[in-house]
Amino acid sequence: MKAILVLADGTTYEGTSLGATGRAIGEVVFNTSMTGYQEILTDPSYKGQIVALTYPLIGNYGVNDEDVESIGPQVAGFVVKEMCDAPSHYRSQGDGDEFLKKHHIVGIKGVDVRALTRKLRNYGVLMGGISTEDTPDELLQRVREATDYGSIDFVSQVTTPRPYVWRHNRPDYQLTLNMDAALRVVVLDCGVKYNIHRSLTARGCEVICVPCTTSAEDILAFNPHGIVLSPGPGDPALLGSIIAEVKQLLGRKPIFGICLGHQLLGWALGGKTFKLKFGHRGANHPVKDFTTGRVYITSQNHGYAVDPDSLKDPRVVVSHINLNDNTVEGLHHTELPIMSVQYHPEASPGPRDNGYLFDRFIEMMKEAK
Amino acid sequence: MPKRRDIKKVMVIGSGPIVIGQAAEFDYAGTQACRALREEGCQVVLVNSNPATIMTDTEMADRVYIEPLTVEFCEKIIAQEKPDGLLPTLGGQTGLNLATQLAKAGVLKAHGVELLGTPLEAIRKAEDREAFKQTMQELGEPVPESVIVTTVPEAQAFARQIGFPLIVRPAYTLGGTGGGIARDMTELADICARGLHMSMIHQVLVERCVIGWKEIEYEVMRDGADNCITVCNMENLDPMGIHTGDSIVVAPSQTLSDKEYQMLRTASLNIIRGLGIEGGCNVQLALDPHSAQYYVIEVNPRVSRSSALASKATGYPIARVAAKIAIGLRLDEIPNAVTRKTLACFEPALDYCVLKIPRWPFDKFHYSDRRVGTQMKATGEVMAIDRSFEGALMKALRSLEIGVYGLRLRGMELLSEMEIEEKLRTPTDERIFVIAEAFRRGWQVEEVHQLSKIDRWFLCKIERLVAMETRLRGRTMDELTPELLLEAKKMGFNDHHLSELTGLKEMDIRARRKQFGIEPVYKIVDTCAAEFEAVTPYYYSTYEVEDER
Repeated sequence: MKAILVLADGTTYEGTSLGATGRAIGEVVFNTSMTGYQEILTDPSYKGQIVALTYPLIGNYGVNDEDVESIGPQVAGFVVKEMCDAPSHYRSQGDGDEFLKKHHIVGIKGVDVRALTRKLRNYGVLMGGISTEDTPDELLQRVREATDYGSIDFVSQVTTPRPYVWRHNRPDYQLTLNMDAALRVVVLDCGVKYNIHRSLTARGCEVICVPCTTSAEDILAFNPHGIVLSPGPGDPALLGSIIAEVKQLLGRKPIFGICLGHQLLGWALGGKTFKLKFGHRGANHPVKDFTTGRVYITSQNHGYAVDPDSLKDPRVVVSHINLNDNTVEGLHHTELPIMSVQYHPEASPGPRDNGYLFDRFIEMMKEAK
Repeated sequence: MPKRRDIKKVMVIGSGPIVIGQAAEFDYAGTQACRALREEGCQVVLVNSNPATIMTDTEMADRVYIEPLTVEFCEKIIAQEKPDGLLPTLGGQTGLNLATQLAKAGVLKAHGVELLGTPLEAIRKAEDREAFKQTMQELGEPVPESVIVTTVPEAQAFARQIGFPLIVRPAYTLGGTGGGIARDMTELADICARGLHMSMIHQVLVERCVIGWKEIEYEVMRDGADNCITVCNMENLDPMGIHTGDSIVVAPSQTLSDKEYQMLRTASLNIIRGLGIEGGCNVQLALDPHSAQYYVIEVNPRVSRSSALASKATGYPIARVAAKIAIGLRLDEIPNAVTRKTLACFEPALDYCVLKIPRWPFDKFHYSDRRVGTQMKATGEVMAIDRSFEGALMKALRSLEIGVYGLRLRGMELLSEMEIEEKLRTPTDERIFVIAEAFRRGWQVEEVHQLSKIDRWFLCKIERLVAMETRLRGRTMDELTPELLLEAKKMGFNDHHLSELTGLKEMDIRARRKQFGIEPVYKIVDTCAAEFEAVTPYYYSTYEVEDER
């Protein structure tokens, strides 16, 4: 079955239907990772976005129940050049097309994704739609009528409805706490990836994950040794109520902000964020850590960044920068136990060079104990 | 760390004569390095015995010596030129061995010449089998159980302990010369005796054979500040048991999940760090197709044939960057020559598929044994790029210049079923064509996989190409619809091949195709999957929508 992808400026790409049929609308972004499509599909930070993968051969090793970063696929739509219908891997339990169908994700294949990427790179990200049932004009109309990505609060759509403990590699809503754990961490869920839980648990932490609406008081009531502000989708400027709670947490317990969590910290520390032209999405971004003086290859997925000029407090220091465009990739506080990075130390997908940041956070919690 | 000011003159050792087991990659790497060094204001003294090289052009180096690559001659040149540093990692195994000998003979110390790039200790740890095994164990990286022997009975004692098959690898040889797989005591005795004879230090390694496992390579780089990156990974279509130089290789890997890709990437970076290499390094790993278990097979602490392939596959100039690192520059101080805006400190993202096929000399030597194994027999290679695996494979096959236009090789149709079975099990240079013939006769992917151990993903692709052959065979001009023609072109069928299959005239097919507007476009190899604008005109053709010329 034929499918089309239409951008808000009227550009139309033709292809074949992939996954569910119907119509999907969202902000169109590209990701340059060559592996990890299942992790990308299930990353809640892609809520509201149509994700195009620049690597042309997708689905080669199939899908399985383990390589998920949340309860299921989160993307609004999916664009690939080629989707493998005969995957080969000992862990494979099905192919990408079935997986998308099962989870009602509308996709399109056979698209010249490189042309699309060049478009987005030159003009910036755009709203767009995929459809198997509209003419290009009808779809363009729908895309233009749709609410702009930047004005929707997606965090409230992806956060956990109630608190859970991370146990046996999955959420346990019974909330039976292991009081013997050396360190207890509360993760504020704005769209967390499971590998953050796994990374903390592997380092001996008891992980309690709470909804994004949880108040500072309720977070502190768990008496945690540290707090992680999770990644998540959308514009942080819309999240005033969460930022207000984060302000209440500053200095009370060690805080580690990741991705959106880093941006929320930026706001809470008096700064501002701005939207990047086409964002950073991929597994090859070089980031310099000023603490170690070294460059690390990082996994990234963000469309907004902290404006360094907006940070007036001299105690708030830029700790990491992106070597491609010199944007802020991390912050730390010279007096309070606060650290944050704009990228994904939990990897999955992407390089595992940055696990040391979890170790650094563990040290921070131990010192504050 | 800015560029070192104390290194003003650098001696580069070339690789000597091109022999079987090379693809002229060292001239490519050496030339690139000479340019890079001179760009940084270094004087370059080049020594090579092979006049048929670009690096020995007088424009490439400040001083060129065409002399035998021996300790005696090099010492004289060093005494005459008094270079500050010696860069040995670009002349392949020859350059590396010579540098080792120069250091051991005390020549470098006597003349105050510093070994640049890879420390002597790292060369020893990577090349000396026992030291390699010990180093890997210290780094927590698994290696197959093995023993170093200097006599045949020692090897046989190990065989009684571990069982067969076992693999024999001589120390300090190029392209695995003198090695092989032993399936019983007699074979072991034969191969060991030969290997011991070929080894420079009369030493061979006998180890557990991981034949049939996935063979994966990583090209990694490290600078003096301990920044590490992966340039590219590659997967051998032919699983473990066939020398990488004799394998069809695809970049990036196709059958690895992110978990596996990152696991092996982490291991490779761990190794280059552990060895303290400053420059490029090639790590070969074996991955179990049925679990996450892997073994480190080999480390080349130098620029290699694989790095030439990785450079061309990604657009990332490994030898150039390695040379700059050797004189003290950091990865984040070297610009990415393709984008000019970003730095050499990143990992290339590919948005295409690259395929390398070895070119064997069997058409020149009719009586040679055409079987391929652990000893490299290829004398060259071809590379092709396309947006699909099928397209890249078909292009590469045509580039071999052996008179094929696709997967059809004359004579395959005469093979008996038994012969096909045997040829799938015991690979020769013709195996890819035998696989296609098996599918033409209706063999199942599973049967071919059981015999060849080639991953089903690759076999499905070949089966699909054969299915397209069938769909095209005997078609009339009217039946060549725009849809069918476009599909065939995307899979890499050229007009000549279409003509062979249909019996129609090639020129008529071309005219019809052009009438439908089915023409190739050209896309850029830019290291970054179009994320940033590229300034280098490095193109490949493909059947897509947008043309970037």
